[in-house]
Amino acid sequence: MHELSIAESILEAVRKELRAHPNARPKRVGLRIGELAAIDSDSLTFCFESIVSGTDWASLTLDIKRCPPLRVCAICNSEFAVIDYNSICPDCACPNTTPSGGDELDFDYLEVETDELDRTPAA
Amino acid sequence: MSSTELLPLNSKVLSENQHIAEELRERFRVHGILCLNLISSPGSGKTALLERTLASIDPATRVAVLTGDIQTDNDAKRLARFGFPVQQITTGGTCHLDGRMIERHLAAWNLDEIDLLFIENVGNLVCPSSYDLGEASKIVLLSVTEGDDKPLKYPSIFFKSDLFVLTKIDLLPYVPFSAEAAEANARKVHPGMEIIHASSTAEHGLDAWLAWLKRRMARVQMAFQQESLVQSGN
Repeated sequence: MHELSIAESILEAVRKELRAHPNARPKRVGLRIGELAAIDSDSLTFCFESIVSGTDWASLTLDIKRCPPLRVCAICNSEFAVIDYNSICPDCACPNTTPSGGDELDFDYLEVETDELDRTPAA
Repeated sequence: MSSTELLPLNSKVLSENQHIAEELRERFRVHGILCLNLISSPGSGKTALLERTLASIDPATRVAVLTGDIQTDNDAKRLARFGFPVQQITTGGTCHLDGRMIERHLAAWNLDEIDLLFIENVGNLVCPSSYDLGEASKIVLLSVTEGDDKPLKYPSIFFKSDLFVLTKIDLLPYVPFSAEAAEANARKVHPGMEIIHASSTAEHGLDAWLAWLKRRMARVQMAFQQESLVQSGN
């Protein structure tokens, strides 16, 4: 439901980033979204496509990487992905673990295309 | 000829909201305010629990409430009867509150006159979990007329909340809801999660809830007083 607001925030960030690269055309936005972030990837992609369609950025796409819930062990310090809600450390069987990831909603990269002509001044 | 390149972006998608939330959190700290963000699906009893809280809390506690809804100021009217400052945030369609809405509404209040700020989010078990409002803790409510597997279906909010209040427990005899299963499911998503059973209608469990609030407020007040001492010492 809030994927539309998220899609708008993504577009706003792309606009901001492009101020430093005025001749670049944005092609793809890489995102890292945790399984615990309450974001539906399909819904976000749909909302994003809806707001860019018909604009100069209609071909801009999202590349979403889903990230599993992670926990870190208080005893042996190893980090592990939580599978089937098992929060016990797989290395030392210690139950004392704390969350270290899985709720992220982060940018990863912005892929841009730049015409060579714009890069090197014409002779 | 054209070339492509990858520009690394090391920021959060909601970095603007995050920035506002951090500013709010700092303001709450400086003013010694405990801010709690109440989240649940519509009809789980957020407003009812707040009504009971405002009716029962030590009157010396300076409470304020921001209550969010898509439409109407019904909740603000219900809560204003108790004499504490209350403001309605009407989102006009948005399914969650964001930091900017909180910031705008706080402008009407003197933060030195608030010890405990409740933010009652828009009824929705999904979207509000993505928006930090500068709160010290999120609190998730789930009523026994919903399903005991909800923590597994909506893991984000159970993962991010410090307290789970199981509401309407006076209705337990009439519904096929297992409180044990709900608790076990919540703790699968959030090991060690604190859980309180409450009924606002039957006034059950309110002592545990008020004690939880008191403990959390004491922690904030202690940090606030220590800081004041350090500052006056300088």
